[in-house]
Amino acid sequence: MLTDVFTLPQPDKEKQLRDELNALVSHHRRSCPPYARIMDALDVSEEAPTVAELPWLPVRLFKTKKLVSVPEDQVIRVLTSSGTTGAVSRIHLDRAAASTQSRMLARTLATVLGPRRLPMLVVEGRGVVGDRRSYSARGAGALGMVNFGRDHHWLLDADGRPDVEALRAFLDRHGRAPFLIFGFTFMVWSYLYEVACEHGLDLSQGILVHSGGWKKLADRAVDNTEFRRRFGVDTGLTRIHNFYGMVEQIGTVFLEGPEGGSLYCPDFADVIIRDPVTWQEAPVGTPGVIEVLSTLPTSYPGHVLLTEDLGVVHGIDDGNWPGKRFSVLGRLPRAEARGCSDTYQGGTP
Amino acid sequence: MELERLRKVFRNSLEIPNELPVDDLEYRGSAQWDSLAHMSLVAAIEDEFEVMLDTDEVIDLSSFHRAQQILEKHGVVLAD
Repeated sequence: MLTDVFTLPQPDKEKQLRDELNALVSHHRRSCPPYARIMDALDVSEEAPTVAELPWLPVRLFKTKKLVSVPEDQVIRVLTSSGTTGAVSRIHLDRAAASTQSRMLARTLATVLGPRRLPMLVVEGRGVVGDRRSYSARGAGALGMVNFGRDHHWLLDADGRPDVEALRAFLDRHGRAPFLIFGFTFMVWSYLYEVACEHGLDLSQGILVHSGGWKKLADRAVDNTEFRRRFGVDTGLTRIHNFYGMVEQIGTVFLEGPEGGSLYCPDFADVIIRDPVTWQEAPVGTPGVIEVLSTLPTSYPGHVLLTEDLGVVHGIDDGNWPGKRFSVLGRLPRAEARGCSDTYQGGTP
Repeated sequence: MELERLRKVFRNSLEIPNELPVDDLEYRGSAQWDSLAHMSLVAAIEDEFEVMLDTDEVIDLSSFHRAQQILEKHGVVLAD
């Protein structure tokens, strides 16, 4: 499998990230006064000797504070998270950051999709991108992915029901060579899986990329393992890649490897699992709070963030790709309830 | 003449009136050229010039001028 962003063994990655992220800490301190005040208050005075010692911000801060590191007139996009309750995060991108995030997302996904744009089945209705003034998080997520496909087919009709005949037509035309399927995990299971089973459709040439969490599927006793197993047995679909990402680190996605069960970090990003009591790094196999690190956020200080998600590292440099491999276990119990589709948005040039 | 074909594709996909120039357009530089319009624009360019763009090129296609360069890479001659 061709990849150019899943290459660095953990020790090499940590050295590279430490240096690049220390430089980003300095950059944001110079360019974002509220961030500088937080660093001053935390008494951050010198470069962190290891990635684990880099100062983090709670991801929630982007809901309450305007954190931006470029002049106002340089901002070309403001992204917002969904959030079913309360405030939304606001993420400011300048031209350089917008361009970098879409390029790096493309390079990450090219690892499993290849460089060619594949015929694409989107497990949504076209209406999800209908209102150009305000997309839902799901609409923005779908739009962020359309660049990776061609001949887009939207699975749901205007009433939100799967259009079986149109799906058959898509598969007749494209189903005998690799094609891309994108959707949110819950939608993919509720609509595509059920319809494919019921009508005996062959998805064996599909490559599924999905995200959004398992909470809504818990009452159907479907977890990642069961999802993969049943898609494989019942529809022939085996190339399945879950991913984890958030709008506060747009362009960075942690991608499930070919064998499934673990998410991997691209070379420009990493995760650290922290004990929620001591905030020390948790050992492999011990669950804790997920901190995400990425060198992509240059126009806003989102380079080191403590999320409100629980996760666990399964191993380091021992899987399909180098580096840490991990799983997301769910939301922190006291975290604000957010939409299941509250993942990255945008992902466009 | 060929360049006029590309201008026409841009005008149709981005719903830009005939009297307005398109040569200086940039992605996200105007309300018309957003990510949804980008999808239609790419499809229209591919149909009109019978090319197939890779993901990198779709992302790189950030201005009228870039579109011209990308098409030239595909062997489409766009003399004015």
